[in-house]
Amino acid sequence: MEVHAHLLTASKIFCGCATGFGAPPNTQVCEVCLGMPGSLPVLNHKAVEFALKMALATNCRVNPESVFARKNYFYPDLPKGYQISQYELPLAEHGFLDIKVEGHARRIGITRIHMEEDAGKLIHSESRPVSCVDFNRTGVPLIEIVSEPDMRTPEEAVEYLKGLRNILLYLEICDGNMEEGSLRCDANISLRPVGQTELGARAELKNMNSFRFVKAALEYEIKRQRALLAAGREIVQETRLWDTAANQTVSMRGKEEAHDYRYFPDPDLVPLRIEADWLESLRKNLPELPAARLNRFQAEFGLPEYDAEVLTSDKTRADNFEATVKDFPHLSPKQVSNWFLDDPTSMSTITPATSGSLLTLVEKGTISRNQAKEVLKEVVATGKDPETIIKEKGLTQISDASALEVAAQEIINANPKEAADYRAGKTKVMGFFVGQLMKQTRGQANPQLANEIFQRLLG
Amino acid sequence: MALTRDEVLHVANLARLSLAPEEIELFTRQLNDILAYVSKLQELDTAGVEPLAHVIPVFNVFREDAVREGLDRDAALSNAPAREEGAFVVPRII
Ligand SMILES: [Zn+2]
Repeated sequence: MEVHAHLLTASKIFCGCATGFGAPPNTQVCEVCLGMPGSLPVLNHKAVEFALKMALATNCRVNPESVFARKNYFYPDLPKGYQISQYELPLAEHGFLDIKVEGHARRIGITRIHMEEDAGKLIHSESRPVSCVDFNRTGVPLIEIVSEPDMRTPEEAVEYLKGLRNILLYLEICDGNMEEGSLRCDANISLRPVGQTELGARAELKNMNSFRFVKAALEYEIKRQRALLAAGREIVQETRLWDTAANQTVSMRGKEEAHDYRYFPDPDLVPLRIEADWLESLRKNLPELPAARLNRFQAEFGLPEYDAEVLTSDKTRADNFEATVKDFPHLSPKQVSNWFLDDPTSMSTITPATSGSLLTLVEKGTISRNQAKEVLKEVVATGKDPETIIKEKGLTQISDASALEVAAQEIINANPKEAADYRAGKTKVMGFFVGQLMKQTRGQANPQLANEIFQRLLG
Repeated sequence: MALTRDEVLHVANLARLSLAPEEIELFTRQLNDILAYVSKLQELDTAGVEPLAHVIPVFNVFREDAVREGLDRDAALSNAPAREEGAFVVPRII
């Protein structure tokens, strides 16, 4: 897989233009990123630091010296006629990322990480034979992370991609937004008949801007290639696009001309020398990464491995969980974790202060677990605080035994058969009685108390 | 190693240039002249010389990550063959 990640610098990689997404076309451009004659690129220091952090976090060997090269091709999104990239001497090589798929650990090799500039954006006209070019994205710093052909299933590919994204977010060097193109991936996929050692001809898949599309495109491509091979036909080495509407990959005909990029060192840029002490100080200041946090969550909060995995696989989720547990020490970490595992999206959306006060209301018995789930949805939808919602909806748990007892006795009287069944030892009927009481009280009865009352009245 | 006519056509195609028949002949000859001239460098014995990416011994020229005002959009588009809603307009490629 080849993964491209936008680095979260304020300015572009070789000029001072802003990098923000969504500005009006061609309002973040200058002589340098428009490739005007006589302009010269100067490397953004922070972009190098961000790239180095990723190299360290993925166990890469950083090359003491690396070189920028020109990748030459002619396309309207590339004003200079070449893209500044790295070729023979990339920033870093020989790393790996450990992933887990259905409980099995796998180590995916990382061939190289190099720095490059992004190209512009083309908007093709629907009605006329023209394309509009916006150069705002031209020169936004990218790292390209190239993996070894180590992945064997679409699931592994998705886990690898999620793992990379998670590290980028932990390092705070990329926003990981696949829809806006801050994180993009190309996948090369080939089949290998059983017993054969070398991989077959491969197709390169592009345009997969979500994890779901990556999985769907790879699954489709496996089916397509398998059918071709089974029919005794050959796989054409080509680039294919994922067509979201048609749910299939389609050949990019017309672009099949062999790549001939004629790379050479860019004479406008001097080589990059990464001194050992620079690298060491970056290494020392790396934030806690997902793998370390997973271990700490188990040790510090006594969480099962599964819980720690789910929590740490998303930085915001892990941050919110940790803040909730630290700010509300009376809540048990496992209880808090259950809520995050139950509804990870909602729990990552609301603030730790809100989750803490919501869970405290459940712990105190003010509202039931089911009511709290309802409140959580409302908090996410309206942004109001839990107390307000509880008041507005009149949600309180009836924990007054005498009020519930009257209703419970009525239910028993109305259902003599079930009552007899219970007394004859069919304790499963208890669920029916509690359910009836919940219905009558519109979910406001304290379920534990309801259970106790029925046991007493039926005993 | 002389450059063939096919190689000239290949390079022209990569640069999206269409050459007239007499230009193909002319450029093939001229490019070969240039290559012959530069190939004098091959006479140097470079065994034991490390490959060099840059001729001056300077490394790590950086700028700080600070945003600088770029070009005004009208100025940026002033060389565009055609423009529309702030974008450069080019013949459709896909
Ligand atoms: Zn610029």
